[in-house]
Amino acid sequence: MNDAAPMIDIRDLTVTFTGGRKPVHAVNGVTLSVQRGEVVALLGESGSGKSVTLRSLLNMHPKHRSRLNGSVIAAGQDVLKLSGRALADYRGRVASMIFQEPLLALDPVYTVGAQIVEAIRRHEKATLAVAQARALALLQKVRIPSPERRLQAFPHEMSGGMRQRAMIALALACNPQILLADEPTTALDATVQIQILLLLRELQRELGLTVILVTHDIGVAVEVADRVAVMYAGRIVETGPVREIIRNPRHPYTQGLLASRAHDAMSGARLDAIPGAPPDLAALPPGCAFAPRCRFSAAACLAEAPGSVAVGPQHSARCLRLAELAAA
Amino acid sequence: MAVGAMDSRATITPIQVSEGYWRGVARRLSRDPVAMVALAIIVALVLMAVFAPYLAPGDPIKGSMLRRLKPIGTPGYPLGADELGRDMLSRLIYGARLSLFMGVTPVLAAFALGSALGIFAGYVGGAINTAIMRTIDVFYAFPSVLLAVALSGALGAGLTNALVSLTIVFIPPITRVAESVTTQVRNRDYVEAARASGAHGFTIVRVHVLGNVLSPIFVYATSLISVSMILASGLSFLGLGVRPPEPEWGLMLNTLRTAIYVSPLVAALPGVMIFITSISFNLFSDGLRTAMDVRT
Repeated sequence: MNDAAPMIDIRDLTVTFTGGRKPVHAVNGVTLSVQRGEVVALLGESGSGKSVTLRSLLNMHPKHRSRLNGSVIAAGQDVLKLSGRALADYRGRVASMIFQEPLLALDPVYTVGAQIVEAIRRHEKATLAVAQARALALLQKVRIPSPERRLQAFPHEMSGGMRQRAMIALALACNPQILLADEPTTALDATVQIQILLLLRELQRELGLTVILVTHDIGVAVEVADRVAVMYAGRIVETGPVREIIRNPRHPYTQGLLASRAHDAMSGARLDAIPGAPPDLAALPPGCAFAPRCRFSAAACLAEAPGSVAVGPQHSARCLRLAELAAA
Repeated sequence: MAVGAMDSRATITPIQVSEGYWRGVARRLSRDPVAMVALAIIVALVLMAVFAPYLAPGDPIKGSMLRRLKPIGTPGYPLGADELGRDMLSRLIYGARLSLFMGVTPVLAAFALGSALGIFAGYVGGAINTAIMRTIDVFYAFPSVLLAVALSGALGAGLTNALVSLTIVFIPPITRVAESVTTQVRNRDYVEAARASGAHGFTIVRVHVLGNVLSPIFVYATSLISVSMILASGLSFLGLGVRPPEPEWGLMLNTLRTAIYVSPLVAALPGVMIFITSISFNLFSDGLRTAMDVRT
């Protein structure tokens, strides 16, 4: 594989869940490519399809209850076509995932060490002693204090931050190239969040990981990401370098998200929330999904979904009125 | 750098083997006085059953018309004699063999079969789950005593048939417990996480599902041992289990009931043994449940 090819290349991904009464269109044509060693944050509200997109990268959706179209290429492999042995080899070794709530994502009846050892031996023919030594090195790498002792600790015996470190160690057990993080700091308290984010960024640089991070917290995205992709109703509405998105958001939804932050709000002033609620994914409007909540929506917005328009280097947005709004 | 220094040390420091789940359970259990007393009684009963020929002062089968219904404390017959003049102490000691066997065997068999069925149903889910669980529900239409009696009656009297029918009686509740905990565990994040890190379906069942599911099922199964003993005694009492003159507590209770007005204390003794055994199993199973719950 040459270095120029993107590490992750998602093209026109659509995910529809067919389990319920009405099909739910969770992801509607996501195209995203991530270079080797790049950190991309998927930003959006609950139900915007960010986690679903992330799970597609591991082909985790149940076959009989979901329909996936488009293509997902990661590290040169067509993920959606993988199955059985090849899929199991891909998961954990090429791409692995960090979950939101480490207490739930670690098995309560095994020690942290045993879980890491199991993950290593699942993919490699390592002896128990070798795997244990590697587990210890991993705990040191994620800077868990007194790692020898923590190897033998059960998840419930650790603090939240320590558990998330253990979860990261578990995800890195088989030296994956791609790390997928599903809201890795949402369940942690504020002081621990920043430590985990710093650790993630440091590990990413040290190991040259390609990272996709799902979050609804712009602060988290700013902290670790190189690039941000803002999702709304299963589409990427705006993508660009972090700095560009923060300084010069072009899509009204991104502008709304940035305005709603508590970060530089005046004490006593009302937060500038986006009115309305995200659309029902089982009955999406034909036009721009954000139009019903958009301050700038025009009649044309309701008619057809806007395509992606480049507004700067690496910066693009999906809005019909980009030019008019920029002029205004 | 600090991390590098620790790395080099790691290669020399031998890694301690983790305590392991069962070691932890044993440690917690040993600190529970009630469970330990119950365990001691169970062990004593098992030893009594194993070494019955050495412990029993007399022959449990041979009777004597002269000594019928001797009261407790008669010289040579410390616990009296039954309606056929057989030594009660010897019969109670020998009776532990069949009674324990009939209490434990059906539960073990049902534990194996019921867990397999329940875990399979719970993990596979969907229509297969519905088919298995609704079939199991049919058995719930009958009270367990009635079901045991009906099955053993249909199969015919005898020890093997009694064991088979008791096993069938215990499969549905164990399957149901197994299915419900498996369904819960299957949707947990750590199962998803294991899948995300490349575990195969079988590995997930063996490591993550079994690891989390077996202890609640096992605890539930130990609580069924006392029920099984009582049901087995009941079957023997009705003449469907053990046949006379074999000593078995339930059967002894049956044969002695005619003497309940003449010698009530002697007649109550097999019941006392059943009571002690079943309460020990119950208390032990309570302690086990607490000790196995690592989350507390």
